[in-house]
Amino acid sequence: MTGEPAQFRMPSLGADMESGSVAEWLVHPGDQVRRGDVIAVIDTDKALIEVESFHTGVVDSLLVDAGERVPVGTPLALIAGAAPPSEPRVPTPTAPPARKRPPARAGKKRPQPEPQPEPVAGPPGHPPQPTPPPPITSPIVRHLAEQRGLDLATVHGTGPGGQVTRADVERAESRVKASPLARRIALDLDVDLAAVQGTGRAGAIRADDVRKAAARAGEPREAAAPAEAAPAAPTVQEAAAGEPRLEGRRDAMRQAIARAMARSKREIPHYYLSSTVDMSAALGWLRERNRDLPVSQRLLPAVLLLKAAARAAKEVPQLNGFWIDDAFVSGNAVNLGVAISLKGGGLIAPALLDVADRDLDDLMAALRDLVARSRAGRMRSSEMTEATITVTNLGEQGVEAVHGVIYPPQVALVGFGKILDRPWAVDGLLGVRPVVTVTLAADHRATDGFTGGRFLTTVDRLLNHPEGL
Amino acid sequence: MTEGTTTYREAMREAIREAMRRDERVFLMGEDVGAYGGCFAVSLGLLEEFGPERVRDTPLSEAAFVGAGIGAALGGMRPIVEVMTVNFSLLALDQILNNAATLLHMSGGQLNVPLVIRMTTGAGRQLAAQHSHSLEGWYAHIPGLKILAPATLEDARGMLWPALEDPDPVLIFEHGSLYNLSGVPRPGPVDISHAALRRSGKHVTLIGYGGTAGKTLSAADALAAEGIEADVIDLRILRPLDDATVMESVSRTHHVVIVDEGWRSGGLSAEISARIAEQAFYQLDAPIARVCTTEIPIPYARHLEEAAIPQVPAIVTAAREAVAS
Amino acid sequence: MVSKGRPRASQHSELLRQMLRIRRFEERCVELYSSEKIRGFMHLYIGEEAVAAGVCQALTPDDAVVSTYREHGHALARGVPATAIMAEMYGKAAGCSRGRGGSMHLYDAARGFYGGSAIVGGGLPLAVGLALADRFQGRNRVTTCFFGDGAMAEGAFHECLNLAALWGLPVLFACENNLYAMGTALAKTHAQTDLALRAAGYGIAAWPVDGMDAPAVAQAAARATESIRAGAGPHFLELRTYRFRAHSMYDPERYRDKAEVERWKKRDPIDTLIARMTAAQELTGDDLAMLEKEIVEEIDRAVAFAEQAPIEPVEDLTRFVYSEIPPSGGTMPARRAEAAS
Repeated sequence: MTGEPAQFRMPSLGADMESGSVAEWLVHPGDQVRRGDVIAVIDTDKALIEVESFHTGVVDSLLVDAGERVPVGTPLALIAGAAPPSEPRVPTPTAPPARKRPPARAGKKRPQPEPQPEPVAGPPGHPPQPTPPPPITSPIVRHLAEQRGLDLATVHGTGPGGQVTRADVERAESRVKASPLARRIALDLDVDLAAVQGTGRAGAIRADDVRKAAARAGEPREAAAPAEAAPAAPTVQEAAAGEPRLEGRRDAMRQAIARAMARSKREIPHYYLSSTVDMSAALGWLRERNRDLPVSQRLLPAVLLLKAAARAAKEVPQLNGFWIDDAFVSGNAVNLGVAISLKGGGLIAPALLDVADRDLDDLMAALRDLVARSRAGRMRSSEMTEATITVTNLGEQGVEAVHGVIYPPQVALVGFGKILDRPWAVDGLLGVRPVVTVTLAADHRATDGFTGGRFLTTVDRLLNHPEGL
Repeated sequence: MTEGTTTYREAMREAIREAMRRDERVFLMGEDVGAYGGCFAVSLGLLEEFGPERVRDTPLSEAAFVGAGIGAALGGMRPIVEVMTVNFSLLALDQILNNAATLLHMSGGQLNVPLVIRMTTGAGRQLAAQHSHSLEGWYAHIPGLKILAPATLEDARGMLWPALEDPDPVLIFEHGSLYNLSGVPRPGPVDISHAALRRSGKHVTLIGYGGTAGKTLSAADALAAEGIEADVIDLRILRPLDDATVMESVSRTHHVVIVDEGWRSGGLSAEISARIAEQAFYQLDAPIARVCTTEIPIPYARHLEEAAIPQVPAIVTAAREAVAS
Repeated sequence: MVSKGRPRASQHSELLRQMLRIRRFEERCVELYSSEKIRGFMHLYIGEEAVAAGVCQALTPDDAVVSTYREHGHALARGVPATAIMAEMYGKAAGCSRGRGGSMHLYDAARGFYGGSAIVGGGLPLAVGLALADRFQGRNRVTTCFFGDGAMAEGAFHECLNLAALWGLPVLFACENNLYAMGTALAKTHAQTDLALRAAGYGIAAWPVDGMDAPAVAQAAARATESIRAGAGPHFLELRTYRFRAHSMYDPERYRDKAEVERWKKRDPIDTLIARMTAAQELTGDDLAMLEKEIVEEIDRAVAFAEQAPIEPVEDLTRFVYSEIPPSGGTMPARRAEAAS
């Protein structure tokens, strides 16, 4: 629907705010904006506040220059082709708002973008990944990062398109809570505190936690699985070392992935199933639930997908476990490996532990944490060795369906594609519904297609009754 | 009664008697130290033995008789000045701080003040706010003074003589709840320079002194029953603090609870805590814990008074939390 | 002693000499303070010289003196070298307190000069204690405690007079009544302004003396100390005097009028004594010129000494907080302060 351009006005950002100025425009004429996109930073004299557009359309013109003080209510920009506020779309991790300006990077450590690695296949069978763009940040975020001495390039962005948000900066800045003694011992024993589970007050890491972690690190990691079973684990150790060893890390990681995948394809007779699931119930439920929550507490659809996969694995336990010595060994809990692509290439699949029995908020937090730590190379050893089934969610990259390669010695890999609006018939009527393609790659030695089918049916059922998740 | 059994009060009296026999420059001066036998009966019988010149009752003039003690020390004597309680000592605070603690420095090293001031401190006897405070931490703030807190029979008996030998002013704080403490003291001299490790354990360091030293030991017993082994330090000397003993212990246990009958804010416990953070930070495996007196003037009613000052269960709880967190 | 021992002329010329030393020394201090050689608070004795000169003439070298923060005059009259006093005010290591005391805290243990207390009334208990120690040790000496009229409002004064009287201690309480406690007149702070009368209330021999008349002060002090030495217990002298200059270096003098100051200046103790001696033919113009010359030379030497004296090294900052004599086992350590007695 088109009509008169909509006006983006100086918002009132506080009871006592009479005027403000645009500290920075984040859009230019011609840019596409959607309702909810942050398009400007407003200086209220008290604070810099990011403000969002209430309209979807194309920026027609900017009416007020940055720095100019205007009263509340003054039109600041015109947005053409603005549809009346429509059904807000469920936020999905998609591309950032189209912007032509080169994003600023706070820590300009490297004058040149780092050499792009060869596009790396994700797990098994993933199509080549596009290299993630450098982080896009708002002035506030840059300011915060500068204040805290953070290199934004090292901060994992959870905003649209990997945009680094204020919350990301704050999270990155929050220190590991550890006792002074624990810190000293960690230094002596070369233990990464970020990978240590604290048992002290408020989760503080104590000396014993570090000693135990060091002892664990000294044990063979493959206790639960054959040597090649956890390809990513050793590489993560190196990843933690940081940039100087980046190249080595990538090489090692590549080699590990290569070994694991080759072994998988050599040894595991895969079978593949797929099913398309109507997501309208799930997304509707999610929208309701997120409506009044601050951004930091909102759930992403990915969490529903992970939870559904985990619950299904619990109900169909034949897919949850390992094939070891010509026999299936069932997993004690559903530890869901999550394939996470790394900035600059490569991927790891650390586990979210005991997913089937965790509530969604907990899972959301755990997922955010896991992704952030994975990309920072800060994994816990248990996470690297204890996955009982793996999920890959290439839908984030816009892929419709994923036919994955199983991580040996696991026996199944679940794939989720992008949630797409598709024509969909319900009760003989055609409508447009958001759907997702769920795939299963399973080890034919452990199960047959019937079992796999039951798994996908269960996922479908669960996603159609999201309140039960 | 066992042979050699004595009380803290008697041990203190014996120490005074011995010092007066040993050195004619030593004399005792204070309110009611003579005919009355001392407010807490420490000097009972000394008047008869040494006479009114050397066991000298004073008017209720804390500034004058404490200051006179300082002057007498300058004049070559070794006075023992008794002040009834630390609360009353505030009437002589000017003399203690501006003269006793300061003269040596202000005179460029010419005038040292070999004076001993004894006073009662602490709560626990339902004497209410003006007789019950623990202000030794204030005195421990002052350069030029030495502050002793005998908590055992041995220290009650043994600290006075080295204090009299000290060329500078020494304040001895006798916790009022200790006078009836009884037992058989180990014979032999004691030093006035080191804290004492009263019990050894590997899990947590409990630091107390004076009136809280015994409570920390009781807490250590209770903790042992739970499998928590405590190092118990009796500070003994509140100025200069024996940092080495504290740091050595904290370096072994990595957990510490400081027990102080003084108030928490700006107090001795705060000072010890800061020193541990400064000197043994990387030994700490848990936040430093403190058990101090509630920040109120000490009330009269027994249950209120007991609730206000550090007690064994609170020490046990603090230690347990320190070890667990 | 004064009346018997020495010829009167000699007593007068000694009083004059001490008063002139103090006057010229203080005048030089003003100059040095103005040129920032001396800092901190500095309380000058100008106008009150007869008190220090007179009282100290009655003391023997063994006697002890406890003083106030306006004590340059007392120190000079007690024989503390001008060089050491000046160096102290310069903050030098050669100062009589090694640069740690300054103008208000002059000490000389060897000469029984127990300083310069800046807490009004704070020196009184020390004097009582020193006298008590003398009693214990059978020393026949007098401890003189200088203090001002302001100190008589302090509790310590009353506690100490009571205690000294109670114990019959050999203390001379020398009250320098200059009529002002800093900037507040005596009549505004004391219900009973007859200070000797109040002291007498403690059962102490006490009387007022004209503090602008040096021979009168000397005579009164001699009488009092003789009596004290004879075992009559503490005595109290109210020495009625006046300071010609500000409380500290400079003050607006809103609390007293100029006419009053001028009136008192007419009674300048130095001028008064010179006039009396000249009239009695105890002093010639040449004598006075000679005396002045000697004194100027002494003060010049003191200033030169202070100028060139080394400062205390900062490495020694923390010295003298605790004694440097390690306590010995079993026996009492020797006390350096005993060198004073």
